[in-house]
Amino acid sequence: MFDTALSSADLIFLAKGAGMTIVVTAISVAIGTVLGIVFGVIRVQLGTVYAAPLTFFLDIFRSVPLLIQLVLANAFMGMVLRVQFSGLTVACMVLSLYTAAYCAEIVRGGIDAVPTTTRRAARSLGMSWGQDMRHIVMPLATRVALPSWIGLALGVMKDSALVYVVQVTELLKSTQILITRLQEPMLLLLICGAFYFVISFPLARFGGYLEKRWSND
Amino acid sequence: MIEIHDVHKSFGKLEVLKGIELTVDKGEVVTIIGGSGSGKSTLLTCINGLEPIASGRIVVDGTEVHAKSTDLNKLRQKIGIVFQQWNAFPHLTVLENVTLAPRKVLGMGKAEAEEIARTQLAHVGLGDKLATYPSRLSGGQQQRMAIARALAMSPDYMLFDEVTSALDPQLVGEVLETLKMLAEEGMTMICVTHEMAFARDVSNRVAYFHKGVMAEIGVPEQIFGDPQHPETKKFLASVR
Repeated sequence: MFDTALSSADLIFLAKGAGMTIVVTAISVAIGTVLGIVFGVIRVQLGTVYAAPLTFFLDIFRSVPLLIQLVLANAFMGMVLRVQFSGLTVACMVLSLYTAAYCAEIVRGGIDAVPTTTRRAARSLGMSWGQDMRHIVMPLATRVALPSWIGLALGVMKDSALVYVVQVTELLKSTQILITRLQEPMLLLLICGAFYFVISFPLARFGGYLEKRWSND
Repeated sequence: MIEIHDVHKSFGKLEVLKGIELTVDKGEVVTIIGGSGSGKSTLLTCINGLEPIASGRIVVDGTEVHAKSTDLNKLRQKIGIVFQQWNAFPHLTVLENVTLAPRKVLGMGKAEAEEIARTQLAHVGLGDKLATYPSRLSGGQQQRMAIARALAMSPDYMLFDEVTSALDPQLVGEVLETLKMLAEEGMTMICVTHEMAFARDVSNRVAYFHKGVMAEIGVPEQIFGDPQHPETKKFLASVR
């Protein structure tokens, strides 16, 4: 059909980049979600005033561009703390906090959406705060928060393209390397886009599936 | 026995309970009537410690509800409460709604909790709705489920906070029948209600609340037939 210098080895190289994207995203979303739940619950429990320092801290991660956070974090580790972390570690640390900052907001919104009267009913049955949280609040908040969380996870996956600045060769960086060598940007970007789609699609579908299942309640 | 001594309670500057004195004996059914904002619903939420009080004492079977040392989670196991809004747990089936607290709070096994839940749900006429989600139930059914949920904890006392107020008129009867049945079985109950016929027919005593004060209390025949307090007279004239 048309000539290309793209070899199967190049495709494997791209697949490895995609693998790195998945690894960075999975680790960051997992850690970020756990931290986000903790931060979100703390924010709700403390109330606006007492949670202000935490809110401010999280706002930093939401406001400063990720690229700058990555470069600064890398420099800070090396020059101030004088510890040598791999690029992957730095990338996961920064992306985890970035995810946590957004996730905390989603969690807070989800918890706030559970009617206080429902929680009262749970407590009136003798349930402790923890039991109410675990059996009533979290399941209900999850239903509210899921669409936003899926959006966040997909966003983090695409934002993870920026971790090339700390020398992590993920999908987009791999693509750029090949573009430089093969000078076939259109084809390579198409393939790269297809890889991103293949990674995102199952997650988006899974979210849709859960939403549909829960709507039957 | 529930003993309420000189209980005061405020929301901000608004004093909603101004020195309530009331004792409810085992097996007694006391209904509280009165206009909105008279403090009657607030009193119920204070009895099981969902709301703190400013001063006074509420003692349930010798345990002071608002004492710091009181384990409220434990105390609430013996005081069931059903609210105006039935507050079903929407993510759980009817059966799961009722078994949740017995399993998690009382530590019952699944089979045992389900056995109790089935009995209680059949008791309130929902024996055929076990696998249904609350959103598929009518308001009256959800309210009866909430009653079964509270009863599954085998409480010694039941508090009912205007349980029929949010229901469509044609659904009120089925819930009142359930309450009547409980009263006949000897359950100790405090019911805040706007249903005067229910108060007259079911209670041992009727209390009239007015602006945070218990203006009058007596047997139904006296309260409805020969009210002493001018505010009680005015209120009863207005609802008739």
